[in-house]
Amino acid sequence: MSANMQQDWKHWRLRREDTGLAWLELDKADSSTNVLSSEVMSEFARVLDALDAAPPKALVIASAKPAGFIAGADIEEFSRLDSVLAARMLVERGWLLFNRLAAVPYPTLALIRGHCMGGGLELALACRHRIVVDEPGTKLALPEVMLGIVPGWGGMLRLPALIGPAAALDLMLTGKSVDAKKAKRLGLADDCVPARVMESAARIVALGGKPARKLSAKERATRRAMNGPLRKRVADKARAQAARKVSRTNYPAPFAIVDIWEKYAGNALDVPGSDPSSLDAIFTSPTARNLVRVFHLQERLKAFGKDSDFAPRHMHVVGAGVMGGDIAAVCALRGMTVTLQDQSVERIAPAIARAAKLFERRHKGDARQVRFTLDRLIPDPKGQGVARADVIIEAIFENLEVKRSLFADLEAHARPDAVLATNTSSLRLEDIATALKDPSRLVGIHFFNPVPMLPLVEVVQGEATDAEVLRRATGFVRRIDKLPLPVQSAPGFLVNAVLGPYMLEALRCVEEGVAPETVDAALVAFGMPMGPVELVDTVGLDIAVAAGKALAGEGAEPPAQLLKLVGEGKLGRKSGEGYYRWVDGRAVKGAGKAAAKGGLLGGLLCRLWGTPASEAPPPIPAGLAERVLASLLAATRRCVELGVVADADLADAGVIFGTGFAPHTGGPLNYCESKGQPG
Amino acid sequence: MNATARQSEGKRSRPAAKMAASPAPKPIYIVDGVRTPFLKAKNAPGPFTASDLATAAGSALLMRQPFAPDQLDEVILGCASPSPDEVNIGRVVALRLGCGNQVPGWTVMRNCASGMQAIDSAIANLQCGRSQLVLAGGVDALSHAPLLFSEKMVRWLAGWYAARSTGDKLAMLKTFRLGHLAPVIGIMKGLTDPIVGQLMGQTAENLAWKFGITREDMDAFAVESHRRVCAGQDAGHYADEIAPLIDRDGQVYAADDGVRRDSSMANLAKLKPFFDKKYGRVTPGNSSQITDGAAWLVLASEEAVVRHGLKPLGRIVDSQWAGLAPDQMGLGPVHATMPILQRHGLAPNDLDAWELNEAFAAQVIACLRAFADDDYCRTHFGVDAPGAPEASRLNVDGGAVALGHPVGASGARIVLHLLEVLRRNGGGRGLATICIGGGQGGAMLVETV
Repeated sequence: MSANMQQDWKHWRLRREDTGLAWLELDKADSSTNVLSSEVMSEFARVLDALDAAPPKALVIASAKPAGFIAGADIEEFSRLDSVLAARMLVERGWLLFNRLAAVPYPTLALIRGHCMGGGLELALACRHRIVVDEPGTKLALPEVMLGIVPGWGGMLRLPALIGPAAALDLMLTGKSVDAKKAKRLGLADDCVPARVMESAARIVALGGKPARKLSAKERATRRAMNGPLRKRVADKARAQAARKVSRTNYPAPFAIVDIWEKYAGNALDVPGSDPSSLDAIFTSPTARNLVRVFHLQERLKAFGKDSDFAPRHMHVVGAGVMGGDIAAVCALRGMTVTLQDQSVERIAPAIARAAKLFERRHKGDARQVRFTLDRLIPDPKGQGVARADVIIEAIFENLEVKRSLFADLEAHARPDAVLATNTSSLRLEDIATALKDPSRLVGIHFFNPVPMLPLVEVVQGEATDAEVLRRATGFVRRIDKLPLPVQSAPGFLVNAVLGPYMLEALRCVEEGVAPETVDAALVAFGMPMGPVELVDTVGLDIAVAAGKALAGEGAEPPAQLLKLVGEGKLGRKSGEGYYRWVDGRAVKGAGKAAAKGGLLGGLLCRLWGTPASEAPPPIPAGLAERVLASLLAATRRCVELGVVADADLADAGVIFGTGFAPHTGGPLNYCESKGQPG
Repeated sequence: MNATARQSEGKRSRPAAKMAASPAPKPIYIVDGVRTPFLKAKNAPGPFTASDLATAAGSALLMRQPFAPDQLDEVILGCASPSPDEVNIGRVVALRLGCGNQVPGWTVMRNCASGMQAIDSAIANLQCGRSQLVLAGGVDALSHAPLLFSEKMVRWLAGWYAARSTGDKLAMLKTFRLGHLAPVIGIMKGLTDPIVGQLMGQTAENLAWKFGITREDMDAFAVESHRRVCAGQDAGHYADEIAPLIDRDGQVYAADDGVRRDSSMANLAKLKPFFDKKYGRVTPGNSSQITDGAAWLVLASEEAVVRHGLKPLGRIVDSQWAGLAPDQMGLGPVHATMPILQRHGLAPNDLDAWELNEAFAAQVIACLRAFADDDYCRTHFGVDAPGAPEASRLNVDGGAVALGHPVGASGARIVLHLLEVLRRNGGGRGLATICIGGGQGGAMLVETV
C-alpha cells in the first residue's frame, strides 16, 4: 500500500493496495454526515483526475463516517439557489461528473453501509458494482421527489436501466427507501453481506471482473420490452398511479420524472425550457420551495430536545386504550422497557395484540426482533412499574377527577425524578397539576392517532411546568423519533384548536345541503390527506362533540345533524356509520360523488388514510374549499397571536405534521402569505 | 446445609446426616416470586414456548423490584426439556428479560426438581459469596416436547445423504420402510426411567402395590386436590403469585386451567389405567397433568437485602437432596426430608405447612404412609417413624394433580407457594419437597421473616 500523491484533498481519501485495488473514502470535513456539497463534488473531479493519471486495477468507494454512506446533495446549498440558471448548473455538474465516473475503464464498486440517499445513490449507480451491508441502518432511496425536485444526476437514467422501469419509477415517485436485503432482491445491489466480510466482498467483487449482475433470460426480455416498445405504456401507468395520489398542479416533480425517463433518456438537461417537465418549471414552481421549507421545519422540530441528554429506559403508560396502547408499543419499538397499566389484564390484551401486529410489520418478518420487542412490552395490571419508570404517561379517558386522583397516586409511588405526563387533549393541565404536591412536575405529552403513523407530538407547558421537566419531556419525544412541538397550555393546544373550527365549518356546509362527498372532495383536491367530514367520522362524532364543547365552551351549539347522529349511536368509523357508512375500515362514498386527489407522495407524512377514488366527480362549488379552509387559517393565526406556539413557522410545522395539511403549500400561514392574505 | 445423604435400599443412614453441613451458614433470603398460570397441554404445542413463559413471568417479577434487571449477579433456570434451539435456556431468558450482556445465565437439570435445583445452585453461590442477588426458577413447556425420528430413520437418512450417485440413491430408496416414519414421542422418552425402563406412572404403581394403596384412595386424593385448588382460587390464594399471560392474538391466560370444578369420584372412576393398562390403578385423573409453566424467585444475600432495601418474604433455612431406587422414585420426598427433620430436631407436625409435590396421588399417599411406617423408617433411616404430616398442613391449596406439573417449574412453584401459605397463616416454618424421576428427592426448609 502506498500513499502516492497524497493530495491536499479535504474530503476524500485515496488508499492504494499492493493488489492494485484503490480505496476511496469520503469523509466530509467538519460534518458527521457525508453530503455532496459543491466542494465535495469538485474535489471528486480532481480525485478522478488523479485516478486517470494512474488508473487502479479497481476502485472501491466507501464512507469513512459511522453514520452512513452519503446522505445526498447538500440541502443547505440547494436551498440557497437563487436562479434557474444556478439550479441548472448544479444539475449539470452532477450529471457530467457521474457520467464520467460511469465511463472510467477500471471496475468501480460502491460499498454501501448505512444511508445512501439521493445524490449518494446516484453516485453508487454510476459505479459498476454495489455491495450493501446487511444492517438495519442501510437504506437506499432517491427521495428528491419529496423536496419537489427530480433525481437529475443520473438516477432517472441508471436506476430504470438497472432494476427495470417499473420498480425504478415506483422508488423515484414515492421517494421510499429500500433496505439491504430488498436492494439485493431488486438487483440494485450485486450482493448483500454482513459487515464482517464487507471489505473482503468489495475486494473480491471489484477485482473479480465479472459482469455486475447476471439477469435471467426472462428478466432480460422484460427489461428490454419495458425500456423499449412498452416504454409508453409503463410511463402512462406510472402517471396514472401518481395522479391517483396527487395533482400535477400541486406536485409537478413526479410527473416530470416519468416524462424525463420516457422521452429524454433520463437527462433532465435535455428537456426544453417550455416543457412542464423542465428544470425551469420545476425550480420555479412554489412546490419545490415549499417542500424544502417543510424539510427545514422538520429539522427545526427535530432540533428540540437536543439540549437534553435524558435517556429514559423504562416507560410506564397508564391506560391501554388505542392511544395508550399505541404509545406503549411505539416506545417498545424504540428499545425502551414499557409497563402498560389498565384496570385489568383483559383491557391490556387488545393493546398487546395490536402491538404484535405493528411489530411484525415494522420488523418485516424478523421473528427474533418481534419477540424481543414484545418482551419489552409488559402488561402491568397492578401498576407495579410506576416505581421504576423514568417517564409515566397517562392516557386514560378524559375525566378530571379520575385523572387528579391518578396523578396524586402516581406522584406518591413514582421516582422523584420521573417525568409525569398527561396525554389529555381537552382538560386543562393546570386543573390536573394541582392534584400533585409539586404541580411543576406535570407536563403534557400529546400524541395523535394513529400514534405509529403521525410524527407530531405536542409537548405542553402548563403554567407551573418546570423548565427541566419540559426539556426532559421534549428529549423523550425525540428518543422515540417523533417531532416535538412545544405548545402552551390552551384549549386544544395547536392541532386540535386548528382542526376543530375546520371540521365544524365543514359540517356547517353539510348542514346547508352540500353532500359530505363534495365537501371532502373539495379539500382533498386542495391537498388535504383526508376530507374534513371523513375526518370527523374517523375521530368519532362523540369525540367531536366533546372536543367542540371544550374548545368553544358550553355556549356554542354543535350542528344539529351531528347531535342527531350521535343520538342515534352513529359515531362514525368505530360504530360503522356516521356521516358515511363504513365497510372494512373505509368510508363508502356515493357513486360519482367523490373526487379524491390528495395526500402527498409516500412517506413525507401521511400514507395513513388513503381515500378510495371513484370516477366522474361532480362539480365542486366555487369557493367551497376556501370557505372551509378560512376557518382553519383563522384558527392558526389565532394560535400564533395567543402565543400557543412560539412563531408562525412552528404553527405551520405543527399543522403540517399534525394534520397532514397540504405540504406543497408550505403550511397554512405560508399559504396565506403566498395568497397575499395577512399571515 | 445442602448435605447429600447417600442412601440405598436396606442400608442404614449415617449419623452424619444429623449434622449441619456447614457452621453458621449465611442467611438466604427469598425476596419475591412469580409464576405463570399453569397451562394444560392439549395434544398440540401450547401458545407459549418455554422461554416465552419464563420471560413473561420474569418480566412481571423484575418490573416490581427496586433494582434493575442488570443488577442481578446471575440467572439460573431449571428446565428438564429445553427445546433444541435454546438448550441453555437460562441465558436466553436472561437476555430476553433485559438483564444485558453482562449478567450470566445458565440452565440446570435435575428432572422434576430442576426448578428446586436452580434455587439450590443459587444458594450455593450466595453462600460462598460469588453472588448477592440471583434470579432462580424453573420452566418447562411439555406441550412443545418434540416428536423425534426413530433410530432406524436417522440411520436411513444418514445413508441417503451419503449416497452420491443415482444408483446409490436408488439402492437406498429400496431399503426405506414406512415404519421408519413412526415418530418417537419425546415426552414418553422423558418420562421413562432409563435405568429400570419403567414409565414414571409405573413407578407409582410400584408404590401403590407396596403400600396397598387402592384406586379409591388415589381418586379421593385427586378429588380433594381439585377441591383445594378451586377453594384456593376462589379465596385469592393464587392471585399474588400468578402473572397473567397474553398471547399475540390478545388472548388472556389468567389462571391455572387444568383444574376441574366438576372433579368427582364418579367422574374419575370412568378413566382407565394408563401406565399398566387394564390391570393398574394409576390413571391420568389421579396423576399430575402434563402442563406448561414457569416459576421464578429472587434470592438475595443479607448484603443485597440491605443494599437495595429489599423486603424479603422469607428465608431458606436448609436444603437436602437424597437418592433411592429409581423404581421407588416417588418416595424421594421422605428420603430428602428425614435428614432435615433430624438436623433440626423437628417432627413433621412441628412444621406449619408442607408442600409435597403431587406427581401422582399414589406417590403422595405412599410418602405419608412411609412417614408413619416404623418398618420403613427403621430400615432406611434407623429411627422410629416420625408420623405423617396432618392433611390440614399438607398441600392446603391443592397440588400438581389439579394444577399440573410443568416438570422444571414445580420445584420452584412449591417453594413460592409454601411462603404464601405461611404468610397468610401469620408466618412460621414449612417444608417444600419433591420426588425426582430417576430415584431422587429434594427438600427445602423455609421460614418467614
